[in-house]
Amino acid sequence: MPILSLQSVSKSFGALKVTDAVSFDLAKGEALGIIGPNGAGKSTLFNLIAGNVKPDQGRVFLDGRDVSSQTAMQRCAAGIGRSFQIPQPFGHLTVYENLLVAARFGGAISGHDAPEFCMDILGRTGLAVQADKVSGALPLLQRKRLELARAMATAPRVILLDEIAGGLTEGECHELVATIRQIHAEGTAIIWIEHVLHALNSVVERLMVLNFGKMLMIGEPAAVMASPEVREIYLGIEA
Amino acid sequence: MALSVSKPVSVVLGLLLLAALIAVPLIAPRAVTQDLFGVLTLLVLAMNWNMLAGFAGLVSVGQQAFVGIGAYFMFAAVILWGMDPLLGVLVGGLAAMLFAVPMAFFAFRLHGAYFAIGTWVVADIARLLAGQWKALGGGTGTSLPKGTTKDMFGVPWVKDVLDISSAAAADAVTYWLALGLAVVMLVASYVFLRSRMGLGLQAIRDNVQAARSVGVDPQRLKLAVFLLTAFGTGLCGALIFIQITRVTPDAAFSVLDWTAFVIFVVVIGGIGTLPGPIVGVVVFYILQRLLADYGTVYLIVLGLIGIAIMLFARGGLWGLFTARTGVDPFPLRHRPPAHLRVKASKV
Repeated sequence: MPILSLQSVSKSFGALKVTDAVSFDLAKGEALGIIGPNGAGKSTLFNLIAGNVKPDQGRVFLDGRDVSSQTAMQRCAAGIGRSFQIPQPFGHLTVYENLLVAARFGGAISGHDAPEFCMDILGRTGLAVQADKVSGALPLLQRKRLELARAMATAPRVILLDEIAGGLTEGECHELVATIRQIHAEGTAIIWIEHVLHALNSVVERLMVLNFGKMLMIGEPAAVMASPEVREIYLGIEA
Repeated sequence: MALSVSKPVSVVLGLLLLAALIAVPLIAPRAVTQDLFGVLTLLVLAMNWNMLAGFAGLVSVGQQAFVGIGAYFMFAAVILWGMDPLLGVLVGGLAAMLFAVPMAFFAFRLHGAYFAIGTWVVADIARLLAGQWKALGGGTGTSLPKGTTKDMFGVPWVKDVLDISSAAAADAVTYWLALGLAVVMLVASYVFLRSRMGLGLQAIRDNVQAARSVGVDPQRLKLAVFLLTAFGTGLCGALIFIQITRVTPDAAFSVLDWTAFVIFVVVIGGIGTLPGPIVGVVVFYILQRLLADYGTVYLIVLGLIGIAIMLFARGGLWGLFTARTGVDPFPLRHRPPAHLRVKASKV
């Protein structure tokens, strides 16, 4: 049974169809990449999966259970962890406290185990030194790392990562890829929206291309990237 | 951080202050005890409102509903049901909490300014309903039967031990209760804010969307705070009216006395901080003493000070103080243990 399954999910904002009958299965522990031009509906798809936005049509299944009517909070508890493309830290809380909230609530980690659990994640995401810094004062790149770390702290079985590699140096990008590989190796399923293709393709097993809300193609990364359609729509715009 | 130094120091100072406050009815004139009773009950109301507005983001202008209901049910418990006034205080607190359930049902569908107006309207409805309670005097209100406080739990004993009049003993007992309530409220607020729920509450205050996405239930947490502060405010209201001994709908549900002054106290002291209400209530008391003879000028000055603080020092006087000195006797921050910090930085 797939861990996550979307069946013909659609969403419109006014006349604009931002998600158009998207269906796919995510296997347990699989890593799936999502690419597509700006405005293709990638972040909206995450909002639909995580429950921040309700679909007009279609269903979302987690472990074969229909979670379409569940709130974001319930889906987090059920095992969906997410990062936001535009970082949304709890600005008055410290970096460590941001993770503590996620671990104690979404992750259901006990008060006894939470400090070690959170510090371990901060260590792995390179934020240990910033633990006591107020998160609202962090620069953008560290806020993005905090998004990843906080999503990890909800102890998810599916983690949704939204453009976390943009703006990193080569060395930092390398570290990030190593971190995500480690999450993957621990058996967490991953969906990763990313424009930095070499980073994305070094992790994911399958790649999905979104364009105008529609799923254009899904498959093995090399095959998807080689497809003339994708080269035209996606790479053509970048070139 | 001066944490390791400041914490024991503030604990010792706090205990000394507490000892001095406990001794007040034994050493000070009765008028001082009565004055400080007013200060302490205002502090309890302020701490409750600060918890609601400063930490849960629920800016209520209807807290007088809980004061009034607490007062009325304490009177009902004494006059109609023949209970001891102190048991009546508990009944008042529980009645206020019970009233908060339907009030939350309506008010929680409103947000921000609409929530504020909504709570005000509901409080006024409660005032009108209290005016219909014929057994408690309807619109003109009623008084506690003569001698009620004289026979109140603990009063005869205090009277004998201290060899003072019954009225003075009643003042002492209500004063100690107010002091106890303030201490319990302060400790409970601290423990709550340091707990898992407190952490979730602060996350909601900072970013509701993100809080939901890490599994926090905003409605449930806000409801918990709303009900608990209704209980605290109701207890305090009932206690206040034991000392006043007379209740009318207008006095018990006064938005000026039980909400406007309370908001002023919290804003000048420092909203969203634990020591804020304490600082605010001390400043308010001093201003009251200094300006008591000037009538309306007093209210104008209070208003101007409130506006100045809102414009130039949003964290209130405590915010100014703590920003300069770094002193914080009630640190709410969670810090990772040092050994984990070392381990994590080696990864």
